[in-house]
Amino acid sequence: MTTVADKRPDLRDAAAKAGRSDRARSEARLGWLLAGPAFIVMLAVTLYPILQAFYDSLFNFRLTAPDDRSFTGLNNYAVVLSDPLFWQALGVTVFITVVTVVIELLLGFALALVMHRAITQLRGLLRTAILVPYGIITVVSAFAWFYAFDINSGYVNHWFAWVPGISTDLNWFAQQGTSLFVIIMSEIWKTTPFISLLLLAGLSQVPTELEEAAEVDGATWWQRLTRVVLPNMKAAIMVAVLFRALDAFRIFDNVFIMTNGANGTEVLSLLAYRTSIGRLEIGLGSAISVLLFLCVILICWVAVKLFKVDLAGGARGAG
Amino acid sequence: MAAITLKDIVKQYGDGFLAVKGVSLDIADGEFVILVGPSGCGKSTLLRMIVGLEDITAGDLHIGGKRVNDKAPRDRHLAMVFQNYALYPHLTVFENIAFPLRLQKGQFTDAQIKDKVEFAAKTLELQDHLDRKPANLSGGQRQRVAMGRAIVREAEAFLFDEPLSNLDAKLRGQMRTEIARMQRRLGTTTVYVTHDQTEAMTLGDRVAVLRKGELQQVASPRGLYEQPVNLFVAGFIGSPPMNFLPGEISGSTMTLPFAEVPISADLAPKLQGKDIVIVGIRPEHFEDAALVEDAKKGTGVTFSAPVDVTEWLGSELYAYIPFDTNPHVATTLEELDRDLDGEGLRTQLIVALPSETKIRDGADAELWFDPARMMVFDPESGENLTWNGTAAEALDRENEADRKASLERAQAREKARA
Amino acid sequence: MKQLSTRAKIAWALITIFVLAYALFPIVSIFATSFKLPSQLNLGLFWPKTWTTVNYEEILAPGGSAQTLFLSSLRNSIGISLIATAIAVVLATLAAYAIARLDFPGKRMVLLTALGVSIFPVISIVTPLFNLWRNIGLYDTWLGLIIPYLSLTLPISIWTLAAFFRQIPWELEQAAQVDGATTWQAFRKAIVPLAAPGVFTTALIAFFIAWNDFVYGISLTSTDRARPVPAALAFFTGASQFEEPTGSISAAAIIVTIPVVILVLLFQRQIVSGLTQGAVKG
Repeated sequence: MTTVADKRPDLRDAAAKAGRSDRARSEARLGWLLAGPAFIVMLAVTLYPILQAFYDSLFNFRLTAPDDRSFTGLNNYAVVLSDPLFWQALGVTVFITVVTVVIELLLGFALALVMHRAITQLRGLLRTAILVPYGIITVVSAFAWFYAFDINSGYVNHWFAWVPGISTDLNWFAQQGTSLFVIIMSEIWKTTPFISLLLLAGLSQVPTELEEAAEVDGATWWQRLTRVVLPNMKAAIMVAVLFRALDAFRIFDNVFIMTNGANGTEVLSLLAYRTSIGRLEIGLGSAISVLLFLCVILICWVAVKLFKVDLAGGARGAG
Repeated sequence: MAAITLKDIVKQYGDGFLAVKGVSLDIADGEFVILVGPSGCGKSTLLRMIVGLEDITAGDLHIGGKRVNDKAPRDRHLAMVFQNYALYPHLTVFENIAFPLRLQKGQFTDAQIKDKVEFAAKTLELQDHLDRKPANLSGGQRQRVAMGRAIVREAEAFLFDEPLSNLDAKLRGQMRTEIARMQRRLGTTTVYVTHDQTEAMTLGDRVAVLRKGELQQVASPRGLYEQPVNLFVAGFIGSPPMNFLPGEISGSTMTLPFAEVPISADLAPKLQGKDIVIVGIRPEHFEDAALVEDAKKGTGVTFSAPVDVTEWLGSELYAYIPFDTNPHVATTLEELDRDLDGEGLRTQLIVALPSETKIRDGADAELWFDPARMMVFDPESGENLTWNGTAAEALDRENEADRKASLERAQAREKARA
Repeated sequence: MKQLSTRAKIAWALITIFVLAYALFPIVSIFATSFKLPSQLNLGLFWPKTWTTVNYEEILAPGGSAQTLFLSSLRNSIGISLIATAIAVVLATLAAYAIARLDFPGKRMVLLTALGVSIFPVISIVTPLFNLWRNIGLYDTWLGLIIPYLSLTLPISIWTLAAFFRQIPWELEQAAQVDGATTWQAFRKAIVPLAAPGVFTTALIAFFIAWNDFVYGISLTSTDRARPVPAALAFFTGASQFEEPTGSISAAAIIVTIPVVILVLLFQRQIVSGLTQGAVKG
């Protein structure tokens, strides 16, 4: 006799087939009653502001002279896009994003492997340690790295004075390259745990039998990693990279604390902040905000279309 | 403890899908009834309507003489064992079993609860595991905890929803006898859903066979085996399943794929006006012609057929004989195969022979069968043309008497022990 | 587990030391700095030459130069983060329940919206809110921060909780009803105990995120009334005009870090499962 389990006529499937039955309708009503408030709040705190920002960006509008508000069309965008400062900020942002994501991916994968393979007694300790940076406030991390490298209060110069190019007189925060180095260090330290947890989740979804089969087939440790494990967690890697890239693209805290954008370390978020909140040029600041938003959309679009990242894997699973 | 009566029970889902199409069934007090059928036949829906987890679209459900259609599950006083046991993972075994008692606030003292849980645990040999959490139990132990929860409830009836399907074969056999023993001891009315015909045949006082939401036949296991009302029941009950062969009728002989059978006087009127029928012969009703006594041989049909594969099982040997089916009955048989969750594989005759037979694969086998044991089915309606109502009734009467006697013996044993 | 060879043991010991150094070094570094005498900050040493609690007195003791600034920001941070977390978790619990248990058109859209909101550049929200809050009087108030914090805490709460709720064996609710429970009893006794850990973990993660915010904190506040700790740290001043606030900032950083480390120590397992479940599925 067959051992196929009895499939109950599933209410959901049935409802989906027919569409508008009473039961489905009341279920839909309850669904929206419960999910609606969260949905509306999410739209209210993001969709509304971005529309407002777009609207504001069409005006010549500064809070120092609120009465001089006038419609200028896309003029603000022309001003921003013709400003070399904007392009420099964009360049620095992209640079930081690329460098941090690449390093974090490698480091994060190494940490994920360590957590995945660790013997039971060590697992808790390692996971706790790796989680600590995740929980630390970014600003605290920024100060920690800043003080370690600072020419006055720091000790890094003294420790590494023997390295060519480093001396006790080196002011890390006086040039672009060295400033970005420390900023990137802090960013990497703080956010690698997140990427590493995502990769750990991907790792644990690769069935052990696959690796064992490869081992029986004669694969070396490296071959098992590159030919069995990595291809099978490609989806997890892509999602981790995209999430981190979008997060890195918004970098603000570290730069604000360490250099406040001096010496060619300006990033897009900081530029938008200083334009609208610092100089109260709401029109121009809004234009930068909208451009930043468009950049994020573009990154997502490229990821989803070109690299086929399945962002909504979870959403599909929910269906 | 109570009788359960279903009258024209209908379940229609929101989209119009009819899961249960008017089922009527009387379940006597203390009876063990099995609902059996292939996937999607509505058996689980029916059970869930009895327990109150699904609304009844139409019809009446009486438990202990009271109409309970509109009562909440908790007011029906039933106990149910779910397919995956539905144990509360945050509670210990003790608290899992005590759960129904704790829900009735103020009804039981802690000492009473302890007594009841310990009694159930003793019955099910769970005493050593009372402090453990369900996650640390084996499949069989979880199954017993679920049964324990049913026992302490002192329910009007026990309902089982495929309780053994998550266990391995050996454990399934053990738990089957455990359930049977428990039911006889407690004498509680029990409704048991399964898709496994072995469970149905071994456990049930009576078995209700369902197909696509319709009740096909309710009878004792023997009644179903010997007097199935139609093709579906005949094909569903018995393992290995009954062989279905096309039978072409011309005059007073019927031509089967390997043999010609003379039509007896009993059968002739039932075949009036038919050119082709479906003939059912159970695998165990074939015999190795070499082992049949000469005297008996003349009463049956001997034929020769090429054996493709044999399976030796120690006590028996199964021989498989492929054949081409007749296109006129192919559709009916294919549909039947689908209804029975079949895979639509090749048509073959299965023959169960004593293990001392000399028949081997690749050779032609001389086989014998008694045409009187043949069942003949209408190729359109699937109705069993050889069904004998008198014999069926006699079987059911005998079965009912057996059941009562067995229940009395069990109760007497229980009293003697107490 | 196989018996580990000596070489494997040494390797694991080294790996553990490396990971611990990686994770804890910056914290130990700022911890050390927080105990340095302001006059000895420039010695270029890692550990303080003389250990002192003077920096902690600056921010905690009455009369300390940064005491009012720090304590009020600590109060703001705790209050605002807790309220934003509570609102997010309540809303997300309802939404996640609907997503996990009910079938309704637009369910996918809710999840995708949550995803979109979570990758939204915070700074793009700040500019319009800054203007609007000034006009309607929410600038520099708790509510003025709680509302935008929902854009940080709500999406991840929905994803994490939906993932948790999908794993709850909901048929237990039915089993409880058959066992004689009312609908409410079935929910409270069978479902709540199973859902509570997920809700708690989600709250923890949401709190971390709200606690971490800096952009909203500096953009939408101007005084002690609502400024949270991360923003306040950027406004610290030294004991005198010529003194860097290095010591007091380090001390304040350590004080706000201690609860985080304790929470991580206690709930490491839950946080990991919460983060990984909400983030990648399928």
